[in-house]
Amino acid sequence: MSPSPTLIDLEEVSVRAGAVRILQNVSLNVGPGDAVGVFGPNGAGKTTLLRLIAALQPPASGKCSVLGADLASAAKYDVRHRIGYIGHTPGLYPELTLRENLAFVADARGLDASQALRSLELVGLGGAADRRVDHCSHGMQRRAEFARVLMTEPEVLLLDEPHSALDVDAIELVDGLVHRTLERGGAAVLVSHDRDRVNSLATRSHEIKDGTLL
Amino acid sequence: MRKPTVTPGFFHQALTITRRDLLRERRSGEVMWVTLPFGAIALLLVPLAIGTDAPTLQRIGPGMFWVIVMLFGVLIAIRQTNAETTAQRDLVALTGLDPAAIFVGKAVASFLLLLVFEAVLGVVTIALYDVELIGWVILPVVLVLAAAGLALLGTLAAGIVATGRSGAALVPLLVAPMSVPILLGATQALDAIRLDRSSISWVLMMTIVVLLLAVVGVLSSRPLQETG
Repeated sequence: MSPSPTLIDLEEVSVRAGAVRILQNVSLNVGPGDAVGVFGPNGAGKTTLLRLIAALQPPASGKCSVLGADLASAAKYDVRHRIGYIGHTPGLYPELTLRENLAFVADARGLDASQALRSLELVGLGGAADRRVDHCSHGMQRRAEFARVLMTEPEVLLLDEPHSALDVDAIELVDGLVHRTLERGGAAVLVSHDRDRVNSLATRSHEIKDGTLL
Repeated sequence: MRKPTVTPGFFHQALTITRRDLLRERRSGEVMWVTLPFGAIALLLVPLAIGTDAPTLQRIGPGMFWVIVMLFGVLIAIRQTNAETTAQRDLVALTGLDPAAIFVGKAVASFLLLLVFEAVLGVVTIALYDVELIGWVILPVVLVLAAAGLALLGTLAAGIVATGRSGAALVPLLVAPMSVPILLGATQALDAIRLDRSSISWVLMMTIVVLLLAVVGVLSSRPLQETG
């Protein structure tokens, strides 16, 4: 796998769910230091676009490459762990504590388990590290997701409605996370309804409508 | 730019998943505090229903044990069908864990829970039905093979169900027929010992079924993760 100056390269990519075409001929090129905002109404295909880039949604057609790996090939398994994705719903295990959730990811990634607590402290959850997720508010769970991404330091950061249900401090955390990724030479794609907030972070933005990126 | 990390080996990855599943079970108590007591109650209901005629209970005891192990064991094995949300599956996929290691890790967690289940129900069966223990060498092998077979079957079925829209409704249809060779092997192996015959062929059949399920599970883990 040769190093590529482009971190995300989509060319005429379509995604289908059965007979329904969710994304149509989407082309997007994102390089190091780029933060791309994507706006659009509900059902326009924003989340599918993020899941496509995260190698979680297979393309039906077109060329789709992330971090130099063709997502239609097995090479995607080698780059998935370099992608940070925070979706609508937290992917935390409700029976486990915040620390245990992050320690699981740290263990899976070969990181030191102590980094779990350090990352939780960075997002202001150090004091709640041993609280079960199902005893945490939605905002705390979102913060824990940011802590997870901080811990894994992804090169491509994908955020779905990153500012929703967050207080002012947590919004600053999101912005800091994006800046930190870009400073390290990574890239970010943010899909949102909150144009003002995302535009203040994005280096460029696109509209998405009926699965077509404008 | 990247934080240097050492990619964990296959068995470390599998162990990570096993630890997670067992920790989740310890917290939720789904198997230990819900399924297991119901299994024990089911064993208790039979003597209440047919009376306390000792020879009859001794005769049907082993059969009842296996029926209950299969019925409730399948519930344990398929509990993971609804245990993970899409967001949680996405998170696991993005950790970069090998799908085969995920399959093995989940199956090992189910296997350990099923072993505990079998052990507890075994004690309950001996106490309630006054069953004579025979086959000290073969019995543990049969219990281990039955637990392994059910665990692999449940993990495989959960993976298949996660790919479609049919949801958990499909699970009994997938698991019930496939569990028949395991149940048959277990009962016939122990029957053979009781009748002073060789049980090797039945143990061998169970071993082959377990190995087949393991190979199919590992080989299908990647495509199943992709379509899930």
